[in-house]
Amino acid sequence: MSHSTPDPNEEHGSVYDGLLAEHDAPGDTSHWAFGTDFEDPLAGVDTTVPTDLDAGELAAYCLQLGDDALVMSHRVSEWCSNAPDLEEDIALANIALDLLGQARLLLARAAAADPSVVPALPEGSPVPVEDALAFFREAIEFRNIRLVEVPNGDFAHTIARLLLFATVRLAAFERLASHRDPVLAAIAAKGVKELTYHRDYAGRWFLTLAQGTEESRRRLLAGLAQLWPLYAELAAAYDVGPEVDVVLDQVLAVSGVERPDVAPMAGTGHTEALSRLLAEMQVVARAHPRGLW
Amino acid sequence: MVSTAYAIAAEVTDPELPMLTLEDLGVLRDVRESGKEVVVTITPTYSGCPAMATMRDDLVHRLTDAGYDARVEIALSPAWSSDWITERGRRALREHGLSAPGPAPSRSGPIPLTLLPTARVVACPRCGSKKTRLSSEFGATACKALYRCAECLEPFEHVKEI
Repeated sequence: MSHSTPDPNEEHGSVYDGLLAEHDAPGDTSHWAFGTDFEDPLAGVDTTVPTDLDAGELAAYCLQLGDDALVMSHRVSEWCSNAPDLEEDIALANIALDLLGQARLLLARAAAADPSVVPALPEGSPVPVEDALAFFREAIEFRNIRLVEVPNGDFAHTIARLLLFATVRLAAFERLASHRDPVLAAIAAKGVKELTYHRDYAGRWFLTLAQGTEESRRRLLAGLAQLWPLYAELAAAYDVGPEVDVVLDQVLAVSGVERPDVAPMAGTGHTEALSRLLAEMQVVARAHPRGLW
Repeated sequence: MVSTAYAIAAEVTDPELPMLTLEDLGVLRDVRESGKEVVVTITPTYSGCPAMATMRDDLVHRLTDAGYDARVEIALSPAWSSDWITERGRRALREHGLSAPGPAPSRSGPIPLTLLPTARVVACPRCGSKKTRLSSEFGATACKALYRCAECLEPFEHVKEI
């Protein structure tokens, strides 16, 4: 059976109202471990768009970078409690958390640059702009590349995907750290430190699986071959140069793995996997657009 | 002179590393006081650090208790570095069984790929032995790696260099 949503606007209120009451000082929610409202990840940050940049283009670019991080974070977090061992479970959860943090900052930056990108919500909704972008857009409005949205395979598939993604994103973020928008530049400079750990993690496992057992090598090659048709779209989206090939060739060479010889996947846009992923990610937020958490 | 508001903000501790004050962790960037109004600026350790909301709430709560009208702002640049953890903070980490970070990597040019386990000399915070082994570069919070001491066999956490 299902329960109806407690509606704080109803006259008789709900059983949870007492929990949301404040202590004597207004705004004092210290009886809650994590507070009752959302903090703005860009509170106090000057989000004025530099005059030589187009606000709409900057917002679109930040959405693209933010959506990649959000969708990749969701896929990586699906390993939570499912990874081959506890250490990898924790490692993958940490990587997902870093990417979620990058997504949150980038979506907030997009919304501040061009508020028209934020979907309209019911009046009185406390949902902050970055959540509105994450949870209230349709699949067709997402700007992520297909590499991050295709379903997880086995652990080797995840390692191959993470190596390609982290290598390209790190190279792009190293350049973006000197972007003319100081907010995007700061987000990128911070992301560089995190992505360095992600790339090293993926590179070590790639080598380990490639040179491990016959079975681990078979799985790695299968995962890489499956993902490679999506690599061209990744490289184009991040507009990276030969520095990425240097790193990938280094990992492939030491692992004794050839670059797969497969054609890029045709078309653009999304696969149906994104709709399924969003259905799971967005269902609770959409069911309670006025919800307080 | 250090303002009263600064002294109060500096005493607030990190919710995940409670042996460290926000000042010792290096995330407290600025406290601007004007009459009863205080604006505190903090910086995240990692982009996804879930402790930021709690830090903000704790700062507002403590300053409100002291009669201030407090607001918390975020500084994203320069990005936090583990080098900003103070000497007192490093002592506190060791006293609580955690290993303090070494110097953060400084580099010019492209970031090198490291396919071998990160080379650090990490002493066991329990027995002091240098015979320690990295279990994972990722731990219970974003800022820590997992180690194990080969001498006393105890696992322990190492605050990562970034």
